[in-house]
Amino acid sequence: MAYERKIGDTILAVDQISLAFGGVKALSNISFSVREHEIFAIIGPNGAGKSSMLNCINGFYHPQEGTITFKGNTRRQVRPSEAAREGIARTFQNIALFSGMTTLDNIMTGRNTKMNKGIFWQALRYGPAEKEEMEHRAVVEKVIDFLEIEAIRKTAVGTLPYGLQKRVELGRALAAEPDLLLLDEPMAGMNLEEKQDMCRFILDVNDEFGTTIVLIEHDMGVVMDISDRVVVLDYGKKLAEGTPDEVRTNQDVIDAYLGVSHDDDEE
Amino acid sequence: MGDAKLAAGSADTFPKLLIENARRIGDRPSIREKDLGIWQTWTWGQVKDEIAAMAAGLKAFGFERGDSLAIVGDNRPQLYWAMTAAQALGGTPVPMYQDSVAEEMQFVLEHAEASFAVVEDQEQTDKLLEIMDRCPKLKEIVYENTRGMRHYDQPYVRSLDSLMEAGRKFLAENPGWFEEEAAKGKGSDIAIMLYTSGTTGRPKGVMLSFDNLVITARNGVEWDNLNERDEVLAYLPMAWVGDNIFSYSQSYVAGFCVSCPESSDTVMQDLKEIGPTYFFAPPRIFENILTQVSIRMEDATKLNQWLYKKFMDVARRVGPDLLDGKPVSILDRILYAIGEFLVYGPLKNELGFSRFRLAYTAGEAIGPDIFDFFRSLGVNIKQLYGSTEASVFICMQKDGDIKPDTVGPPATDVELKIADNGEVLFRSPGVFVAYYKNDDATRDTKTEDGWVMTGDAGFFDADGHLKIIDRAKDVGKLNSGGMFAPKYIENKLKFFPYITEAVAFGHERDHAAAFINIDLEAVGNWAERRGIAYSGYTDLAMRQEVYDLVAECVDKVNKDLSEDEALAGSQIKRFLILHKMLDADDGELTRTRKVRRNTVSERYGELINALYSGVDVCPVEATVTFEDGRTGTIKADVKIREAQVYPSQQAQAAE
Repeated sequence: MAYERKIGDTILAVDQISLAFGGVKALSNISFSVREHEIFAIIGPNGAGKSSMLNCINGFYHPQEGTITFKGNTRRQVRPSEAAREGIARTFQNIALFSGMTTLDNIMTGRNTKMNKGIFWQALRYGPAEKEEMEHRAVVEKVIDFLEIEAIRKTAVGTLPYGLQKRVELGRALAAEPDLLLLDEPMAGMNLEEKQDMCRFILDVNDEFGTTIVLIEHDMGVVMDISDRVVVLDYGKKLAEGTPDEVRTNQDVIDAYLGVSHDDDEE
Repeated sequence: MGDAKLAAGSADTFPKLLIENARRIGDRPSIREKDLGIWQTWTWGQVKDEIAAMAAGLKAFGFERGDSLAIVGDNRPQLYWAMTAAQALGGTPVPMYQDSVAEEMQFVLEHAEASFAVVEDQEQTDKLLEIMDRCPKLKEIVYENTRGMRHYDQPYVRSLDSLMEAGRKFLAENPGWFEEEAAKGKGSDIAIMLYTSGTTGRPKGVMLSFDNLVITARNGVEWDNLNERDEVLAYLPMAWVGDNIFSYSQSYVAGFCVSCPESSDTVMQDLKEIGPTYFFAPPRIFENILTQVSIRMEDATKLNQWLYKKFMDVARRVGPDLLDGKPVSILDRILYAIGEFLVYGPLKNELGFSRFRLAYTAGEAIGPDIFDFFRSLGVNIKQLYGSTEASVFICMQKDGDIKPDTVGPPATDVELKIADNGEVLFRSPGVFVAYYKNDDATRDTKTEDGWVMTGDAGFFDADGHLKIIDRAKDVGKLNSGGMFAPKYIENKLKFFPYITEAVAFGHERDHAAAFINIDLEAVGNWAERRGIAYSGYTDLAMRQEVYDLVAECVDKVNKDLSEDEALAGSQIKRFLILHKMLDADDGELTRTRKVRRNTVSERYGELINALYSGVDVCPVEATVTFEDGRTGTIKADVKIREAQVYPSQQAQAAE
């Protein structure tokens, strides 16, 4: 189906970010910008700094240099909770759900930043807190419907297969109704069918809610198929940025992936 | 007023029944659907408004009297409404199997000449779009669920919302239009066209009239005293005649509420939440439920296991009698009541069976163990025998007169007779009008005076209950002249957990004999508990102890058979346990696990000869195909065992 999706202005600008852990330079001088409603992929070999980049965006790591501008607010240091409140949600490379809790409760935690009726009323589930919970539950049910996980609504997530847990994690991120969704390897460890499902959900999220998506992924087929633009990192440096086609034909990228030895490489 | 003519019980079409229900029980729930985790209910009054708007919308979109409306999707209220809307307009709804691939749909769409399709969602829309250029009559696709549909810009793909809007607008200008349209229909009109799944050849479009469905549904409602307070769960395919009777026709006639599950994966949970009073499931589903219960009981605490065992023994002893209203001692009644409180009640609640007044099963034979299990819990499960050509009901069991191995006496207004070749023929108000555009098939199935050939062989037992034994074409004759029904015998054998597969021989032979495949898991467990070591299937199958075990099963089957005059001659005189499992990879079974008799007879000719020659052992070599495609051979000495044969009990009694 050919149609024009409206790509808007820059929603996230990463400017000259450098991050080091002691003597290890995880990121050096990285800049790129993500536009509204776009699906943007960060790719690169193992240890290229992809997850570090996501961790900087949602405030988990604090880069030593550079700035990140989200929805016009430039900041150097931000706490993850603030990032969440600003509208950034994420999933993790290793599933980080509450395995003893049900799917419903796990996704409900995604609403946490929007609940503000006070722990006292919430504990009693009375008065304003009850009304609030019902409103949040309605949002959560929409997410459950959207991700087609009605059948596991009341199932403890620890007992679910891996692919479904990934979907629940995506659900929790969606429940926060984010403007920017960060997905850290959403398809890792999935079989082909699960990957296809996940691709469809990512595209649907982007299409239905207009959510901007930044994702890290190893499966090149997936990345090239669903992304609007791609940035390639290697050893903490930016190798290339552009549309999938541009990146695919970039000589530096080919070298990095096919393993041309680096000057400083001992191996 | 047109309305006044519709006195209670006189409505002869579904649109008229709808109008009557809206007036008579307008505030009672008609249909429910779980949406976003909450059960949404529409009353009969609301449903009438929705259907009127839908009919008007269809008209506004160009649907005309005589057109066919294809309906594809899971059980959804809107799709049921679309059936009535089409019927009100004098069109024919054609529900189709939602899991069919596009090519299968193409045949039905083309054959039925459907001009409109109402579908559930994007998935079904995509399938129809794929084949649209090959179905020239199809001109409009209306989808219910808008998800993912935003970018479909074809003018002939429209949302149900837009159709309803057009309909409401039309109705606002033309109040009373729906009632006028509905009044134009009459009982002899074609109400629906259902395509039989067609295991042989092309699917056939069975045309059923309003009279067929309404009268049959009404008879069924009276038979079981159904009323507007009953509840059903609509989870079987809408294209299947059973769903049309249980979730549509009978709901309209009795006025009861139909609940649509949230999704096909949530049926068991929805069953528990809704707690229907009237339920239908094929035997396979009851079997799965029993297996689940057994597995979960093994993980239960010791105390729970002990309680379950004790009280299930009580239930098996007295439960069925209590259900049938037979006399039971006071002590047993008290024990059963305690069991109900501690075990049966909670178990039924867990399964969603708490409010069952009755449950039907049909389609194939149900194992007596499974049947008795549910009846002993106090679940009034009954068997029925039906077909699409009969608008379902041919035979059905009556409360208090239940046997596990018959399908009961003929249903109300149904005449039954057995042809000379053993085939069951029936004549009833539900007999289909004709196959659509297939006069040859109609003539082959239905006689001039309305008798329909079922293709099934059966006979009446002493109480006048029909017993279905096999497909008529598979029934053979023993040399003694007695009837030989292989599938009946095989099913009886397969009801034992130790036997997975059986092949019976006897056509044009002196006596019946059988090949048996043991169930590796069940017999393996049995062997382990007895400390019998074995290396694999072949080794286990050749064991003397296993032969003894199977001999017990065969003995029980023979005893059972001897009780039936017609089948006493086909008791199994000799049997053997095959040295390998019959396998689809070796071409011995179909992919749906049905035995290919010819292949088996050819491949194991030696063994069949051995069964009929009097030898005790037969050395064999068999070729097997491994999963990776390589082949190998298995060598074994297959033993042949004699079984005890009993004299016919009825013949004895007569002496």
